[in-house]
Amino acid sequence: MAKPYEIRLSGSGGQGLILAGIILAKAAVYDKRRVTQTQSYGPESRGGYSRADVIVGDSEIYFPEATQFDCLLALTQEACDVYLFDLKDDGILIIDTTYVKNLSMTAENTFEIPFTEVVIKELGSPITANICSLAFLVKVTGVVKTESLKKAIADSVKPAFVDLNYKAMELGFQLADLHLK
Amino acid sequence: MATKKLKSTEYLKSLVKTEPAPEEKHRIALLQGNQAVAYGAMDAGVNFFAGYPITPSTEIAEILSEELPKRGGVYVQMEDEIASICAITGASLTGAKALTATSGPGFSLMQEGIGYAKITETPCVVVNVQRMGPSTGMPTSPAQGDIMQAKWGSHGDSPAIVLYPDSVRESYELTIRAVNLSEKYRTCVILLLDEVIGHMREAVTLPDLANVRVISRIKPTVPPHWYKHYDENQKYLSPLASYGEGYRFHVTGLTHDSHGFPTNKPSEAHEMMERLRKKITHNIRDLVQIESREMEDAKIAIFAAGIMSRAAKQAVAQARAEGIPVGILRPLTIWPFPDDAVRKMLRNVDTVIVPELNQGQLIHEIRRLTKDKSDGDLISMQRCDGALITPNEILRKIKEVH
Repeated sequence: MAKPYEIRLSGSGGQGLILAGIILAKAAVYDKRRVTQTQSYGPESRGGYSRADVIVGDSEIYFPEATQFDCLLALTQEACDVYLFDLKDDGILIIDTTYVKNLSMTAENTFEIPFTEVVIKELGSPITANICSLAFLVKVTGVVKTESLKKAIADSVKPAFVDLNYKAMELGFQLADLHLK
Repeated sequence: MATKKLKSTEYLKSLVKTEPAPEEKHRIALLQGNQAVAYGAMDAGVNFFAGYPITPSTEIAEILSEELPKRGGVYVQMEDEIASICAITGASLTGAKALTATSGPGFSLMQEGIGYAKITETPCVVVNVQRMGPSTGMPTSPAQGDIMQAKWGSHGDSPAIVLYPDSVRESYELTIRAVNLSEKYRTCVILLLDEVIGHMREAVTLPDLANVRVISRIKPTVPPHWYKHYDENQKYLSPLASYGEGYRFHVTGLTHDSHGFPTNKPSEAHEMMERLRKKITHNIRDLVQIESREMEDAKIAIFAAGIMSRAAKQAVAQARAEGIPVGILRPLTIWPFPDDAVRKMLRNVDTVIVPELNQGQLIHEIRRLTKDKSDGDLISMQRCDGALITPNEILRKIKEVH
């Protein structure tokens, strides 16, 4: 049986990473997989560190925190600096180049995308960078089905924001298609 | 004023019969540990919550504040944790199933009230989602520093029933069990969660309500003038009347006789203290639950509770894959301590590793049970900085001693 797939979504408080983690975990539930989602954050609601771990598998998941990542999403330079060393050798690194300017080591599979810049340009606000990057992650890793992601987004955000988040998701998918060619 | 009191008493009494809404059918869901506690409480029949929200337990109060009123229950936002524990004790005496949730700082404030609930033998449940202490500590970081406080936090000798889940599903189950045991044993039962368990989400299948076993306090069958508030029948469990049902009884935190009136007589004091002790020590089999994995041929055992058992389980799985005979023993009931299972473990293995997120609490209890020279060696792994001991660290320790 395949080992559980370990994902860490990291950045700073306010970027919506814990929500992204919950959405990803819900999508895994819709796929009928086993899943755990944990998080770590500081006492402040904006700024400070924030991370969400999602582990998806088909057998019992023992330890709920990701320790060796199959995929790392880093939306800030600080998060990237701290967590990059725990990425598996064949793991996938996804960084938001709006904020991450330097890589302290090279990873075999690195995707450098200016998620925040893209969503500001296309959707007028940075708030959906989490969903855009999550959709990108889902497309390149295939960890959950894209339809499940779509359903999970609709179930997790307020009705008024579903359309906006769907647009961000489609942007993420398109970016992934461009980079996977 | 008197009429008002009567009204609220009647209102609370009417709540006892309130069944949870039938349309509430649980399916597979992604739930947080704290959500599971809130749903477990409602499924166990809890209809009164008084509390003061505190990280990392806030979601429990948040959910119950929304859900309890819909089901005819009561949610009261109190001014502090001292008032919270007193409110649930009082509500319970009127017949409600009452629960509160807190974390370290609030748990400290509640200690006197917990002692009061125990000496007055009033059923109630305190959920403590532990965070890093002492004092305000690190509100969003995990620690297992309240294991000893859960037993010894209140002054005087008092019995303790303390449960400790290691998953979201088990948080649901042990919340129901905590409510059931509080009703059965007429005491304040404590449910300890780790911050990580409280905030962790897992896919869980919750049972249909029809399959949930709910225990409610035994009501007196004698006429009111024969009723003794503390009347020991079999196994030291006595019926409990509610205020407003025509039974008169006195409730005090002073040492009391069987009618509840204060006493200084050594014989009556002795009787009361023995009843408090024996209702726990004579029912160990009913109270103690453990999980034992891969222990049959194990030469190394890991004793771990809560989130630390999740790290240990992964380390054990990896070590077993490499052919190392290691197993895990996990207490679901942390107090009363599973003495018999631990003694057996100490006899059968060469080494016991105890990983815990404190400066050494569980290890004391195991050391207490180490009698023979032939018993296994004890190795304590401690971490107290807001982060978890990882499976790899435990695996390295296993390999060190192998």
